[in-house]
Amino acid sequence: MSALISSSIARKVVMALSGLFLVLFLAQHFTINLTSVIAPDTFNEWSHFMGYNPLVQFLLQPILIAGIVVHFAMGIYLELQNNKARAVKYSKFSGNANSPWVSRNMILSGMVVLAFIILHMYDFWVHEMAYKYVEASPEDPTRYYAETVEKFGPLWRTLIYIVAFVLLALHLWHGFASSFQSIGWNNKYSAGLKTFTKIFAVAIPLGFVFIALYHHLNPITH
Amino acid sequence: MKLYLKIWRQKDADSKGQMVDYELNGVEGDMSFLEMLDVLNEKLINEDKEPVEFDHDCREGICGACSLMINGEPHGPDRLVTTCQLHMRKFKDGDTIVIEPFRATAFPVIKDLIVDRSSFDRIQQAGGYISVNTSGNTVDANAIPIEKENADDSFYAAACIGCGACVAACKNASAMLFTSAKVSQFALLPQGRVEATERVLNMVRQMDLEGFGNCTNTGACEVECPKGISLENIARMNREYLQASMKG
Amino acid sequence: MGILDSKVPSGPLAEKWTKHKNDINLVNPANKRNIDIIVVGTGLAGGAAAATLAELGYNVKTFCYQDSPRRAHSIAAQGGINASKNYQGDGDSDYRLFYDTIKGGDYRSREANVYRLAEVSGNIIDQCVAQGVPFAREYGGLLDNRSFGGVLVSRTFYAKGQTGQQLLLGCYAAMNRQINRGKIKAYNRHEMLDLVLVDGKARGIIARNLVTGNIERHAAHAVVLATGGYGNVFFLSTNAMGSNVMAAWRAHRRGAFFANPCFTQIHPTCIPVSGDHQSKLTLMSESLRNDGRIWVPKRLEDAQAIREGKLKPTQLKEEDRDYYLERRYPAFGNLVPRDVASRAAKERCDAGFGVNKTGEAVYLDFEAAIMRYGKEKALTSGLKDPDKDTIRQLGEEVIEAKYGNLFQMYEKIVDQNPYKTPMMIYPAVHYTMGGLWVDYNLQTTVPGCYCAGEANFSDHGANRLGASALMQGLADGYFVLPYTIGDYLADDIRTGPIPTDTPEFEKAENDTRERLQKLMQAGGKHSVDYYHKKLGKIMWNKCGMSRNEKELKEAIQEIAELREDFWKNVKVPGSIDSKNEELEKAGRVADFLELGELFAKDALLRNESCGGHFREEYQTKEGEALRDDKNFKYVAAWEYKGKPSDAVLHKEDLVYENIELKTRSYK
Repeated sequence: MSALISSSIARKVVMALSGLFLVLFLAQHFTINLTSVIAPDTFNEWSHFMGYNPLVQFLLQPILIAGIVVHFAMGIYLELQNNKARAVKYSKFSGNANSPWVSRNMILSGMVVLAFIILHMYDFWVHEMAYKYVEASPEDPTRYYAETVEKFGPLWRTLIYIVAFVLLALHLWHGFASSFQSIGWNNKYSAGLKTFTKIFAVAIPLGFVFIALYHHLNPITH
Repeated sequence: MKLYLKIWRQKDADSKGQMVDYELNGVEGDMSFLEMLDVLNEKLINEDKEPVEFDHDCREGICGACSLMINGEPHGPDRLVTTCQLHMRKFKDGDTIVIEPFRATAFPVIKDLIVDRSSFDRIQQAGGYISVNTSGNTVDANAIPIEKENADDSFYAAACIGCGACVAACKNASAMLFTSAKVSQFALLPQGRVEATERVLNMVRQMDLEGFGNCTNTGACEVECPKGISLENIARMNREYLQASMKG
Repeated sequence: MGILDSKVPSGPLAEKWTKHKNDINLVNPANKRNIDIIVVGTGLAGGAAAATLAELGYNVKTFCYQDSPRRAHSIAAQGGINASKNYQGDGDSDYRLFYDTIKGGDYRSREANVYRLAEVSGNIIDQCVAQGVPFAREYGGLLDNRSFGGVLVSRTFYAKGQTGQQLLLGCYAAMNRQINRGKIKAYNRHEMLDLVLVDGKARGIIARNLVTGNIERHAAHAVVLATGGYGNVFFLSTNAMGSNVMAAWRAHRRGAFFANPCFTQIHPTCIPVSGDHQSKLTLMSESLRNDGRIWVPKRLEDAQAIREGKLKPTQLKEEDRDYYLERRYPAFGNLVPRDVASRAAKERCDAGFGVNKTGEAVYLDFEAAIMRYGKEKALTSGLKDPDKDTIRQLGEEVIEAKYGNLFQMYEKIVDQNPYKTPMMIYPAVHYTMGGLWVDYNLQTTVPGCYCAGEANFSDHGANRLGASALMQGLADGYFVLPYTIGDYLADDIRTGPIPTDTPEFEKAENDTRERLQKLMQAGGKHSVDYYHKKLGKIMWNKCGMSRNEKELKEAIQEIAELREDFWKNVKVPGSIDSKNEELEKAGRVADFLELGELFAKDALLRNESCGGHFREEYQTKEGEALRDDKNFKYVAAWEYKGKPSDAVLHKEDLVYENIELKTRSYK
């Protein structure tokens, strides 16, 4: 059992499982966000549910935060270890000849996504926490839509948002399929699954970008 | 043709190495890459210089001794060949070729382009075998039929020549393809299943101890492997490992 | 001249080995722990011996010049391994394998050894399967077989074109298991430079650590040499670059007789030489002759047009081709033994029918096989009236599944697609049947010094059949030597560890150092390769596929002169006490320069043609080999007396009690 914690394969499995969990979260987040474009009322309703349901707040939310922390901490740790595994570097290394750029630069795309998440947390989550627990403001099940759309007002934030999601797409392009390889999932469904992960990797971030642009271009006029 | 070579020279394990430039005339397309280096060495010897040392032996792509990072790729730009099978017709007159040793912390340089790959041996020693006595007192070879597909897959995994190109190509210097090939060969055979749990745990432990990096599934190893060992073996090893650690 | 005792046990042929095992002394398990054995060479014979000896309880030290035992040149064997399993039900038996091997060897091998080899052959396959060697299988899950030259049954087990690799990795795995248990200590990147005798017994070796250059002393109660053949005396051969005769030759200089040095196998199907830069030759497995047909153009003008590039082989009509093996040897056709096929190729090329630029190549054509397999495949896939292209495509797929790696290898080297145009092949030096003389127990004439695998002379006579080298290596290593050596070691249970600080070790080490110094301090005119290539030319031209008295005498003289020049003028850069490949090569070539002369001397003495040894003076009207059983039915074992010219001949008469000597015919 100790091997499960200390070995290189175990660490990879941790990366894979936390990654898959974050992919699930991403899908769910996307579904809710999409309602902000097609049905603002539903968006408000669901957002309110997520914000005030104790199960979500006190069980799922900590798990999510833990998932994010684990994924990033382990990613950085592995990267440092991998650097040590080749102390003297090549003077010429033709990585592009044998592997996609994205697969070799997960740390880069990951770090950009991390930076974005920090901004995102500051924008939404910190604000939300303050609203609920510091200012102890009253529940308002209709405020979410307007708040969200307002955030996409400034062009700079929308642009950051777009860049981050392009990088996330790259990250998912390799990472999503890769996590199945890491947990040893390899059978007759693998090819189909791989196609699905690639579609997901492009479609979901693109969807987020669409939502951002939509709100940026359609501000609420008072 | 005329070539410009940039070659890593290092006196011994403790010395600091450097890239040195050489010019070489009269290279022919029919020469193998190592024969081109032979010509260079003959020239260096005649000039009273020390020849470039590199590992090589069978020169037909099966012993796994030859290595070399050629223009940033292990065994050079051609696919499914070792350096000894790479022919100079893949290069053009006036080309510059950068030649370096396979680099990994677990493959320390011995001299010039020669590296110490005994870490691979130690991984095999940790469990890359089936514990049967070699007395020959075993069951008849045909007593246990083996599904052709499994036997073939086992063979494809066993085709690994232990050259280390997978490690050299991997941005993380990971030895997962090498280790998984041996794990797979035995995992696919009924004879090997008996010790499968212990084997995968021990081999992976040794692999980690040697200081190889972690697999990030870039797939570079599979592309550069002169024997075309498949990434499926890594997935199989991951699976075997997970099962084994649940059991152990 | 003396007569050698082969120590073959008495009794009926089929019972000799069992009886012998029952009669010889054993060492009890507790005592084995106090006995050390050195095994030099970690190919099939050495690796198998080391693993089994360690498993029996002896303390084993292995030595190899490569960076890992897994790289020994056994790994390059392609086609397969013979065993008399009779899984195909085609009438195979131990006797038939024994008979084929003796006949294939042109009646110059020892009956009892060969029978034992056949007897344990089936066991090898059982052993390897248990070790996880992934042999080729049929869809029913059982092992598949194919045929090789010189036999009429299918008894060859294989793993694609990488049988040697798979068997060696099996050995290597068995060794690793013992290394893990601490029973084998592996000294890789070490080269044996001398054998140390104490009181007339082999008690250790002097080895050089090839990384640090340190000269080391290693002691043991017995020394096993499994260091392969000496084909590299020809410079160009299918051997690995590092393959050498040093260990065997050092033992020879210390008293081990060297047997039949002139028996060399020239393999018919190798990729032809392309230029002066060539460093080695690549074999195309004999298994290809199962499906490939060998031919040259019938007309000289067609051959010339092909050489000049004006005509393509595929343009030549069927009736304009000379399938000379099928023509000359209808019964065995393309599957005649190697020596016969090689000479036939040389005969055609010498007559001007060669098909590459140098005129030294013949075609190996798969067209017929591709179409035959294609039709078969189309039928079994239920395709009705397939067109020619479909048949060809299906056929190419079948051929690829069988020989894919060989075809790929050919294409990489020659830059031609062998699926579309016939391969060009030419004979090349491949294997040496000669080697250190050993008795039935595989002991050399130096007590305590054993020799196994290609390094000894024992089983293949004057010509080895395909897929028999792997069989012999593993038989010697797994099943013969570990038992016979016990008979000798039974006297050593009270000896205790052998010290290395004795005068004998001291002297051997000093001799070694002096020799290395001498190489380093020579005149410095020409590189080691310069001499090696010159030696190779002499050997190939005058001691190659066909030999005659005049040229052999010239060769003896030329080699002696070259050797003298070498010691005066060789140039070895670098230093002794560091990694120095040129120094390693120099030591090996120095020994080749002695062996080469003995080789020619042996060939000159043997006034007959047999197997791989073809003397132009001794041939039939049709150009077939003319053997002389009256005068040469013996093993020529040479004793070292200083210069090769002073070597003393000892004979071991070959007694055939179970086989009638016949003229070999494959017609």
